[in-house]
This record gives sequence, C-alpha cells and structure tokens, in this order.
Amino acid sequence: MSILSAIITLSLIAGLFGLILGYASIKFHVEGDPVVDKIDAILPQTQCGQCSFPGCRPYAEAIASGEAPINQCPPGGEATMLALADLLGVEPIALSEEHADEPVKTVVTIDETTCIGCTLCIQACPVDAILGAAKQMHTIIESECTGCNLCIPPCPVDCIAIVPVKIEPDTWRWPLPEQAHTAPGA
Amino acid sequence: MTEYALILISTIWVNNFVLVKFLGLCPFMGVSRKLETAMGMALATTFVLTLSSVCSYLVNEYILAPLALEYLRTIMFILVIAVVVQFTEMVVHKTSPLLYNVLGIFLPLITTNCAVLGVALLNVQEDHGFLQSAFYGFGAAMGFSLVLILFAGIRERITVADIPEAFQGNAIALITAGIMSLAFMGFVGLVK
Repeated sequence: MSILSAIITLSLIAGLFGLILGYASIKFHVEGDPVVDKIDAILPQTQCGQCSFPGCRPYAEAIASGEAPINQCPPGGEATMLALADLLGVEPIALSEEHADEPVKTVVTIDETTCIGCTLCIQACPVDAILGAAKQMHTIIESECTGCNLCIPPCPVDCIAIVPVKIEPDTWRWPLPEQAHTAPGA
Repeated sequence: MTEYALILISTIWVNNFVLVKFLGLCPFMGVSRKLETAMGMALATTFVLTLSSVCSYLVNEYILAPLALEYLRTIMFILVIAVVVQFTEMVVHKTSPLLYNVLGIFLPLITTNCAVLGVALLNVQEDHGFLQSAFYGFGAAMGFSLVLILFAGIRERITVADIPEAFQGNAIALITAGIMSLAFMGFVGLVK
C-alpha cells in the first residue's frame, strides 16, 4: 500500500512538473535570430574572446547587427572568415592584425658586444631607460623600458633586440578595466 | 533575530560548505580559473541554493511528511530543484536578457550539484523551519561564493608563479585549497 502511494505520488508530481515545464517552454519561448544562429554555427565555439567579445555567440550577434567586421576570429582563421563572407554575401577581408595575436608586453635589450657606443639610442629613448656614454657600451634599464621600440631605428649596428617580458608574481597586475573586458575567456 | 545571524555566521565561516563540509568541490575546482567566471558562478549558486532550499522545505513539509513518504526525499528533492531551476531559467531568459547573460550558462551547471542537494537534506536533518531553511541556504551560498571568489583570485596569481614542474596546474590548486581549508578550521568553535 505504502509502495503504491509512493509510486502514485511520485508519478503525479513528475507528470505535473513535466506539464509545467512543457507549458513554460511554449509560453516563455524566446525567438532566436536565425541569422545569428547560422553565424554562431560557423564560429569555432572556442569562446576564447580574442574577437573582443565575451564569446562566440555575442560576436555572432555583433556580426548580424553589423557592429563588428567578420575578420576578428583568430582560431577560425581564414576558413571561418571565408565561410562568413559567403553566408553574409560580403567581400572577404584579411584577418585583422590587432586580433591576430594577443599583444605581449615587451622590452628591448642591447647586445653589448655589438654596441659601438654611438649614443643615438639614448637620444631616442623617451623615458631615459638607456644608460651609457659616448664610445662606451650602453645598456637598458629593464624596469624603466616601456617597450615603445623607438630606439631600434636609430641604431646603426642593429644591436637592439625586442624580448617579451615574462610575467612573474612580482610583476603581475590585475588587468586594466578595458582590457579585462576583452580578456580571453571573459 | 540572533538565531538567523548565527545561522549565517555558522554557514559562511564555521561550517563552510566547501572547505569544512567538502560539498560543491567540482565547481570550486572547475570554475575558479578566472575571477569573472567565478563571480558569475557565485551569483548563480546563491540564487539556486536559496531557491532550492525553500522549495525542498515546502515539498518535504506539505507533500512528503503528510503522506509518510520521507524516504523519497532524495529523489524528490532532485526532481523539484531541477524543475524549479529550469523553470526560472526560462522565465529569466524571456524577461531579463541581461540577467540571463550573467547567470545563463551557470544555472544548469549548478543545479545537479551536491552542495544544492546537501543543503536540502541538511535542512531536513536539522529540523529547520521555513525561514531557517531560507537563511541556511542563503548562508551556505554566501560561504560558497566567498571561498570560490577568494580561490579564483589566488589561482589567477598562482598561474604566473614559478612553480616546480611536478606541482603545476591542478596539483598546486589542490594544495592551495587544502591550505585554505586549514585556515577555515580556525573558525571552529566560534558557533556551535
């Protein structure tokens, strides 16, 4: 008897919930934009955020409403861009530089064996991050270098190289607000 | 009033669901890589836990207890929580796209979590009334949110630290979680 009432109660409640959910899915149905769905299907669904949108779906919505060009998806590469151009009937455009790679903070270093001590890079440096005197080897104060690369063109012997900065706990910072907004996976 | 304050303090600090009761560990490890996702998850969990703790109290009190079917609690709670969350998700999707964007992905993820069922069952076990259940659920969620957000903040920094190769990735995360749990042991005895 008790088992029977348990079965009946559970079935009744489950059935009732099923009806409620079924009704709700009709009543609260949200019309998805069919174009957005098609664009979303082409995107690689990595949700990496490198397009500056928080995921593939928001980027698809931005493309559909004309707010974003079709060339901002590095994981999809050229194939995705061509498929999008085909779907939307627009001209294919090359992948945008700015979205091709994540900007990495860099500094420069001077190859001290090649440096002839001409002081040209010292004059070019806007933040006085280069130390040295005429006919003496120059060196770069890494903590002062902003990575502007202005010292590279004047160097007559090409002894300045760009090196990426490795992030360590001491140099780690919270991303700036606007960067946080576009950070991958955001 | 003191009673409800005590429930909150107890669930947030002393009997923290993640670090002391070891419930809800999967989202704790899974979505703590980024602070932003951790915050989204924390919001969704707060919502689901409070709601499910109230609903399961009502179901237990007005359906299961009168029919002497208390042994159906576990399956019934799972059913009720899943339906309520699914229903709310649909309503939110329709009425507030903004809220849906914040909570959307996380709602179904947290629905079938052990912390959610754990709160519902503990409410019954400890004989909580309606308001007590609501506060217990809310407090549990606050405690979960607190450690999840703290942990995500720590993990974001740890990823750039110079960790020995053998400890990189999940290993150092688990060690960090263990140390956090030890730290929370310090609250034991604050509230009975």
